[in-house]
Amino acid sequence: MSALVIEGLSRNFGGLRALSNVSFSVEAGERRLIIGPNGAGKTTLFNLLSGVFKASSGRISLFGRDVTGLSMHERARMGLARTFQITNLFPRLSVMDNLLIALQAGAPGAFSLTRRMRDQTVLHAQADALLNQWGLASIAMRAAREISYGEQRQVDLILAMAMQPRVLLLDEPMAGLSAAEVVRVTGMIRSLPREMTILLIEHDMDVAFELADRIAVLHQGCLIAEGDGPTIRAHPQVSEIYLGVE
Amino acid sequence: MNRQQQLAIAGIAGAAVLLAMPWLFGSYYLGLATKMIIFALFAMSLDLLIGYTGLASLGHAAYFGVASYATGLLALRLGWGVGWALPAGVLVAGLTAALFGLLALRARGSYFLMITLALSQVLWGIAFGWRSLTGGDDGLPEVPRPDLGLPWSFADNTPFYYFTLAVAVVSTWLLMRVVASPFGQSLRGIRESETRMLALGYDTWRYKFAAFVLAGLFAGVAGVLYVYYNRFVSPDYIHVARSAEVLLMVILGGAGSLFGPALGAALIVLFENIVSGYTERWLLVLGVVYVLVTLFAPDGITGVVRRLRQRKAGQT
Repeated sequence: MSALVIEGLSRNFGGLRALSNVSFSVEAGERRLIIGPNGAGKTTLFNLLSGVFKASSGRISLFGRDVTGLSMHERARMGLARTFQITNLFPRLSVMDNLLIALQAGAPGAFSLTRRMRDQTVLHAQADALLNQWGLASIAMRAAREISYGEQRQVDLILAMAMQPRVLLLDEPMAGLSAAEVVRVTGMIRSLPREMTILLIEHDMDVAFELADRIAVLHQGCLIAEGDGPTIRAHPQVSEIYLGVE
Repeated sequence: MNRQQQLAIAGIAGAAVLLAMPWLFGSYYLGLATKMIIFALFAMSLDLLIGYTGLASLGHAAYFGVASYATGLLALRLGWGVGWALPAGVLVAGLTAALFGLLALRARGSYFLMITLALSQVLWGIAFGWRSLTGGDDGLPEVPRPDLGLPWSFADNTPFYYFTLAVAVVSTWLLMRVVASPFGQSLRGIRESETRMLALGYDTWRYKFAAFVLAGLFAGVAGVLYVYYNRFVSPDYIHVARSAEVLLMVILGGAGSLFGPALGAALIVLFENIVSGYTERWLLVLGVVYVLVTLFAPDGITGVVRRLRQRKAGQT
């Protein structure tokens, strides 16, 4: 079954056509890499999929259900999670509180006025487990804005993972990371359950091609190629515009 | 002594001072203390929006004032006792906040601020213009103090002080529960990053609307206390100058801590009292305070204290 079906998706910003009639589908459990030069419409695609922007035209289906008209939080409740190209945490809250908020989103009593946050022991245990798992326990009580950039990128990813999504959109998770951090984050992505569908925007080709089952190439808002790694590497137009002519 | 012990001792000392107030000060200063407590509650209610949810409202006096009018009118015209007039006033404030919230929460940032300002000025216009109901510019004089059928008359400052203190303590406790709840945590999340909250699956509108109504309800409690305190209500209660004043109380004390805005409110009430002994131009002085706070202590008194503590901790 297709996790995600995109049909004729377009988005205009004034006179600019940021995304133009893009159609493709992603199977459940697939790891799909989206590449393209700057301004190709990759982040716009993610913003349309997650509901930040409404599509100018076209249709998006999530596990067979049309979500084109649904708002951002409704799509998230259906199991669609995303990270952000520009780190988007709760900067003045502790890393622990960041995680608690993410875990609480799907937990009973999120809207409760009568419970106390500190009594949410199940959530605290889950947050502790996640931080220990990824070796971030030592920064649990630090404010998110005070930790290093690499740590922020990892927390950003953990927030999305905490939702236990069915479809996960990762917007350049490796951007700006050191070589050692790239290895860590790659490990985090590899550790995700195989049935989770992942769409990944990434510029680090070595890492990205290794992670991906299939690749979609965007150029000036259009989908110009789709296929597995060797197919894309051999694609003449892709080599020309993106990988560089050899 | 660790921080918790320090806080516990400060809390006990504060409670002792509040309880002993009638013996410590004369009737005049007891009246001033009552006013401080009422405005502390008013400022804390706005802090729920500004400090916790990140919604800057410049029309918060609307809910304070509308509760004052509702309770005042019910007490004067219909002779309702405090047992009915107080909840009725609070309810009217909550309903007004619900209506205004539906309209204002469609906008963000400074547009949200402008809409709250405009809506509150509409109410001010009604209070000013509808003379037959509200007494217009003259307001409603001689609102009776509440009568609980106790041996002490609330016309005296001391029993009324304790009445105010009791209502404010219960309200503060409720507000503390709200900000310590999962709901309160979600409000902080919205303040920090609404897009992230949406991406996590939070219906942020629901949270913002609930916070807006709650803030209106607690402002209403303060408004009811104030009409009983002054035995009078006029359009000034709703005016934007009052909204700006309570906004400054929150900013001066330090938004996002409940305690800070309460402290800010007490200081502004005290300062106004001192200044008005010398000059009529209180608003001018208030404006200068606003500029100074924004320039030199944008996170308020609690923010300054926190920074000093951190610096001290860094030295040792």
